[in-house]
Amino acid sequence: MAQAQSSTDRDIREMKFRDPQKAKALTRTLERLCQEIGREVSVMHVCGSHEQAIARFGLRSILPRSLNVIMGPGCPVCVTDEPEVDEAVVLAQEGVIIATYGDMIRVPGSSKSLANAQTEGADVRVVYSAVEAVNLARQTDRQVVFFASGFETTAVATAAVILADPPENFSVLSAHKYIPPAMEIVAEMPGSKVEGFLAAGNAAIITGWKIFERFVERHRLPVVIGGFEPLDILAALAKLLELIRDRDLRVVNAYPRCCTAEGNRPAQELLWKVFQTVGGQWRGIAHIPNSNIRLRDEYGWIDARKRFDIDLSQLWQGASPSLAHQCICGDIMAGIASPDDCQLFGKECTPENPIGACMVSNEGTCKIWFEYGGAHPAVSFASVTTSSGRS
Amino acid sequence: MCLGVVGQVVEVDGMVALVDFFGVEKKVRLDIVDEPVESGDYILNHVGFAIRRIPEEEVQGTLDFYEDLIRYNDLMAQDVKADIR
Ligand code: SF4
Repeated sequence: MAQAQSSTDRDIREMKFRDPQKAKALTRTLERLCQEIGREVSVMHVCGSHEQAIARFGLRSILPRSLNVIMGPGCPVCVTDEPEVDEAVVLAQEGVIIATYGDMIRVPGSSKSLANAQTEGADVRVVYSAVEAVNLARQTDRQVVFFASGFETTAVATAAVILADPPENFSVLSAHKYIPPAMEIVAEMPGSKVEGFLAAGNAAIITGWKIFERFVERHRLPVVIGGFEPLDILAALAKLLELIRDRDLRVVNAYPRCCTAEGNRPAQELLWKVFQTVGGQWRGIAHIPNSNIRLRDEYGWIDARKRFDIDLSQLWQGASPSLAHQCICGDIMAGIASPDDCQLFGKECTPENPIGACMVSNEGTCKIWFEYGGAHPAVSFASVTTSSGRS
Repeated sequence: MCLGVVGQVVEVDGMVALVDFFGVEKKVRLDIVDEPVESGDYILNHVGFAIRRIPEEEVQGTLDFYEDLIRYNDLMAQDVKADIR
């Protein structure tokens, strides 16, 4: 009985964030704001979960035609660089157990993915959580390396297991990435027409929304923090359009039930106790200062890069030239091209046989386009590419 | 991977909570949640860790935020109607 009651509660709760009537009303608000602005507007979100929700709930089909919602570099798997994958592949080939999140297994490295290594006999396990990777290490004498990807929110979980006394045969190969510096880079991409950012609610839960204030100041672009329910996204977009219309340069938190100004302090402490940021390459985008989350020297004892001598030359020698150089993931994530613009899309490159990383992850734009169909017909990425600058 | 999922805490045992995610029960670590949680609380789960206890009053805050935006639209609509009249 109590069970039935609570599930009704939940249904109601969920409906509140998905109510079709409210969605319609918010869409009308968006229409009106677009009319008031009176020209095409491009905004960018930087979160794979936003893209997934937009695709899953068909939100693009109800957005005003003059509103372009571009997906930025919001998929951590997609931006994992080839050499990072190579490191994991080499370790797997040398006989350690690699534990990693599901999507990572199929990301192509310079000559193979972890899935390829697995087919050749390497021991690669998919885990849902860093905790599972630690448990795996507890059940074996073999070395277990957790190939850790994800943005700051996911890195906090990695930090937590590192601080919770993991067994000696456990180590971490960090491919974690820090999103704020990447936003800085894409905001300044030549040709970008992006007039505002929809920031990822999950990352902001940890960091707090205040950290975007400097971004707004520096780039003179408004930022709205949004959640992941359909109404969250529509409301956040409406708020962003309001800010653009009024040239009101500030950060607005449209996800107040989860995100606060200061964020989750204990989580931040944990994160920066264990990790620091260093510069690094984001696949297809750029070398971005302070954007890779790496273990501090004090935690060298659990850093797979220090524990093992990882020699990548064995992979690079004799690697055949791949089609990967034709991949335009970087331009797609930077918002200056769409999957349609890639000659490999849906032909050589499919979810079964991905060439670029955007086709691998469920959060990747190419995969989402492949599975749910393309964007809103009016989303004219071409106009973004040819634009001479931000208005 | 970066999907956050909301669930309701069924019971707490030290650093681990049993959480009900719309009918599926899963264990979630509490190492990094911002506030202590107890059974009945709603939490946001991220890769097996609770990252936020969702306060009831803030749920209302979000709904009010939607309403403000919608009301704005309706008020404008009335303005326009008034103009036409
Ligand atoms: S379709 Fe494939 S190759 Fe082309 S941009 Fe997307 S991921 Fe890269």
